Amino acid sequence: MPLSFYLGLSLIMFVLGALGVLLRHNAIVIFMSLELMFNAANLAFIAFSAYHQVVTGQLFVFFVMAVAASEVAVGLALIVVIFRTKRTINIDQLNTLKG
Amino acid sequence: MQIILFSFLAILIIVSAFGMLFSKNAIYSAIFLVMNFVIVAILYLTLGAPFIAFTQITVYAGAIMVLFLFIIMLLGAERLPEAEVLRFHRIFAILGALLFIGATGFLLFWLSGSWDALPSPTSEFASPEVIGITLFSEYLLPFLIIAFILLAAAVGAILLTRGNNTPQIESIQNDEE
Repeated sequence: MPLSFYLGLSLIMFVLGALGVLLRHNAIVIFMSLELMFNAANLAFIAFSAYHQVVTGQLFVFFVMAVAASEVAVGLALIVVIFRTKRTINIDQLNTLKG
Repeated sequence: MQIILFSFLAILIIVSAFGMLFSKNAIYSAIFLVMNFVIVAILYLTLGAPFIAFTQITVYAGAIMVLFLFIIMLLGAERLPEAEVLRFHRIFAILGALLFIGATGFLLFWLSGSWDALPSPTSEFASPEVIGITLFSEYLLPFLIIAFILLAAAVGAILLTRGNNTPQIESIQNDEE
């Protein structure tokens, strides 16, 4: 398979993740769409690593996975704390920072 | 043969991504995302990345998604009523996404240098030995920084959710009475 096919698949995954971040109202589903965008970038890294036959791309995917895991931990902790006071995670009702 | 395998996996990836996007129930979205991660891990296997594939299944599908499912369970988030505040921005978002895919896809296939297939995966290109040697020789500093990032994330998550009712150690004076 040529490299462009893998990059095209990565592009479609990335745009679907971005659509999920823009269109969903549940904060947890927004986080899950963010993970989909991370996966799209990881797929691009692995495809380039296989194309150039260098192992650096796969190591960077390793680092991206570790950072994504820690980001998810902190983000979900924030969501839990927000839920304690506001009793909702619908992002349309998390609007008391304006004004 | 390769094109059949790739197109089958790609269609499964896109279908599971759509399923994650359009599910009303957050648990269904999480299950679709788990399926997406596993199919992407199979794709990594065809690209000659066995270590990353199994790391993906262990870390993403096995740890991160389980954390998501626990949080959805604890918060009762699957029962969210979908209140539509701005209906018109949905069509603009989809139009923008199609435009982006069209423009970038056109550039991708127009500027693509070579159309020959990627090399078939071998067992010694990215075996765990090679990954380990490269990780601990060339990329030792990012590896140690990742350790600090994970520590900061763990401490941060515990600190954020600790709350105000921490158990206090009683003083010794009370015991002497």
